[in-house]
Amino acid sequence: MSDKKTPVLEVKELGIDFGGLTAVNDLDMSIYNEEIIGLIGPNGAGKTTVFNLLTKVYNPTRGSIIFDGQDTAGKTVVDINKAGIARTFQNIRLFDNLTVLDNVKTGYHNNIKYSPVSAVFRLPGYYAKEREIEGKSRELLEIMELSEYADVTAGNLPYGAQRRLEIARAMATEPKLLLLDEPAAGMNPQETEDLMRMIRFVRDHFKIAILLIEHDMQLVMGICERIYVLNYGTLLAQGLPAEIQSNPEVIKAYLGD
Amino acid sequence: MRFLSNLINGLGLGSVYAIIALGYTMVYGIAKMLNFAHGDVIMIGAYVAFFALTRFAVPLPLGILAAVVCCTVLGVVIERLAYKPLRQASSLAVLITAIGVSYFLQNGAQLLWSASPKMFPSIISSGAIELGGLSISYLTLITIATCIVVMVCLTLFINRTRTGSAMRACSEDKGASMLMGINVNQIISITFAIGSGLAAIASVLLCANYPTVTPTLGSMPGIKAFTAAVFGGIGSIPGALLGGLLLGIIEILSKAYISTQLSDVIVFGVLIIVLLVKPAGLLGKNIREKV
Amino acid sequence: MKEKRNIFSILLDDRHRARTISYTMVAVAYIILEVMLKSGNLSSLFTGLLVPATCYLVAAIGLNLNVGVSGELNLGQAGFMAVGAFSGVCVSGILKGAVPAVPRLILAIIVGMLLTAFVGFLIGIPVLKLQGDYLAIVTLAFGQIVMNLIMNLYVAIDSTGLKVSFVENNFELQTGGKYLINGPMGATGTERIANFTAGTLLVVFALVVVYNLIYSRNGRAIMAARDNRIAAESIGIDIAKTKMMAFVISASLAGAAGALYGLNYSTMVASKFDYNTSILILVYVVLGGLGNINGTLIATVVLFLLPQLLRGLQDYRMLIYAVILILIMLVTNNEYLKTKFSVLRRKKA
Repeated sequence: MSDKKTPVLEVKELGIDFGGLTAVNDLDMSIYNEEIIGLIGPNGAGKTTVFNLLTKVYNPTRGSIIFDGQDTAGKTVVDINKAGIARTFQNIRLFDNLTVLDNVKTGYHNNIKYSPVSAVFRLPGYYAKEREIEGKSRELLEIMELSEYADVTAGNLPYGAQRRLEIARAMATEPKLLLLDEPAAGMNPQETEDLMRMIRFVRDHFKIAILLIEHDMQLVMGICERIYVLNYGTLLAQGLPAEIQSNPEVIKAYLGD
Repeated sequence: MRFLSNLINGLGLGSVYAIIALGYTMVYGIAKMLNFAHGDVIMIGAYVAFFALTRFAVPLPLGILAAVVCCTVLGVVIERLAYKPLRQASSLAVLITAIGVSYFLQNGAQLLWSASPKMFPSIISSGAIELGGLSISYLTLITIATCIVVMVCLTLFINRTRTGSAMRACSEDKGASMLMGINVNQIISITFAIGSGLAAIASVLLCANYPTVTPTLGSMPGIKAFTAAVFGGIGSIPGALLGGLLLGIIEILSKAYISTQLSDVIVFGVLIIVLLVKPAGLLGKNIREKV
Repeated sequence: MKEKRNIFSILLDDRHRARTISYTMVAVAYIILEVMLKSGNLSSLFTGLLVPATCYLVAAIGLNLNVGVSGELNLGQAGFMAVGAFSGVCVSGILKGAVPAVPRLILAIIVGMLLTAFVGFLIGIPVLKLQGDYLAIVTLAFGQIVMNLIMNLYVAIDSTGLKVSFVENNFELQTGGKYLINGPMGATGTERIANFTAGTLLVVFALVVVYNLIYSRNGRAIMAARDNRIAAESIGIDIAKTKMMAFVISASLAGAAGALYGLNYSTMVASKFDYNTSILILVYVVLGGLGNINGTLIATVVLFLLPQLLRGLQDYRMLIYAVILILIMLVTNNEYLKTKFSVLRRKKA
């Protein structure tokens, strides 16, 4: 469907108001298949709000979001995931009492299905599908370098591993577009380095587009092919990493007047 | 005329619900928990008043005072022992604990004072005021008047005193209140104290209207008053009044015109419909979890 | 901020062990009790407790699915038992004479279960739109409504057929006709066809349903929705649907338990299934550990039988249950003890 010519995600004049406050305004954005895009900006610039708009946690006040050729107006959070957008959260949201493996398995909820009847009465369909879910989940754990933790309860994981598990769980929904909200937050330079490698691998292996919010400029400049800069809810600049780094407006926004 | 007198009886019952609902709504507003044991605090208040008035034959004001003091202390003790250690726990854990406390009080009362009902002495003369063919009993009038006095005092307290504004601050944002130097634990204790004191007043009014004292006396009015609090919008003090009065009227009218046996079904039906149509209640506000 | 849900002590790494222990416990208990029963070594008091115990086990296993696994406090489980009990009694009463006891019992349980599942579904539509405390209080309200409605229900049968009436009791029965449900008097003249073997099989059925559900796609979705609603939605899980599944299955197990319970007594009043019974079942589940099925089994048996056998405890029974509820919550949510426990667990691993 989407190739490198037609965008997988097209955002037009997107805006949202909370009460009288405009959190995001007049945002245009296009993401093409197999791109890694950065969304940066000072604190409070509305980056996470953009993610919440894209995943329908909030309904936009203005503008449109076209994903994979379809208008997303009227869709729910669940619909959006089924359509092919998966995300991680800035404040990690795992299923704390489930094991790492089960967290990932849960991600396959809509892609590998069998009925509750075949689950309760253990019909043959159950075993075949469960084996498939297990195989694919372990593969994702391998990719995100979490195999050693498979049977650990997610709530007991080290911080960095929790962030990687969120990515693995999101990937289990087999998305076309992956949204990462500060994936490297709280990681040390070595962990960040490893994470960059994994993100690239995920993109290459699954051939998906990735949009990420990040404050770690080493990561952003290192792996993003294009960057959007948000300030006070509006687009301040967009372009290649080198262009963004030398853009005086961006520097001003970050350093203040 | 019959309708009008039913309406006034409804207001009387509703006034009792409103006073009980205040306890639920204040605690919910500040401690963000459903104090399931509130109804049973009423029951304890009823027993205290009963024993004070019969066995010790104290005058009525002293009997009421005894009930208020006991309930206030009880409310604070419950909060300190059972709820305070659970400030950081899940709401499921807090609710189960509250149910445990409710059960404890009910069964403790049953062991202490047996399950057999005790007759509450009549404390208000049984006369009535005649108003153009409409007869309103003194009891109903006093009940409604008490409710008005309680509402006015509480509103003044919340809006005009330092403690009151600290309470409002805590209900908005506990973290910020703490940073502003408000002793949040103390405010929560005060809230429980006031709510439980009101429960004692409600218990005397309740027993004046329905003079049988049993260990389960508080549970039904408790649940109904909670319904009233939700109806009006939990956390809102005018909401508790509005919800209480409306619920009392609904209950009396459905008893009079639909069916006595099914009046509870109707009252609970109201709760369910309210929660579905307007979960924040008539005067409440919606809260949304931040993503 | 991370949500605190650490009271759910589901031992997922020991999943197979947990299941094996459950089935073994039930089998061993059944064999021992059945041998004692057949050899006449069981007191009549104890014998009379066997079927009710299995009923409470089934209802508690169901409730654990709702409260422990799905994380929603249901205070109306007894209401669902009531639906099962009175529909089961009616089915058995109608088929009396036409169908022998054993298939009639099975049929009554199935009808009780399906009807309760349907009622659970209807109630679930409004209830599951709510969360937390509101949800709990509405299940309580529904439990009361169901009990109140049954107390106003009149069902009778005579040579002209089945008669059903609500609030008004105005049947003119032919000779030989009788009431199956007589308003506030409840079910009277029920033929007692329930037995311990049926009860045990029902417990096994409940275990199979709940365990197989937990360790499946749907079970994972239910637990995901409990642990983090927002994250569950973000991976495409329909919260309302998964919660409904847990709620309906939990209700239907209570209905099956109720049917068996109703057919174990010749008379049964609806007020038997009031709020207190719901709380009783909740105590079993909480003491056993939320989400822990083996805990539920042990807690139910101990808490159900102990006070009955130690008559002196009878008066203090409810008081002790109340203290148990409070203490368990205080202990399992104590930060100090929690860290101690997790240290212990890590050492073990």
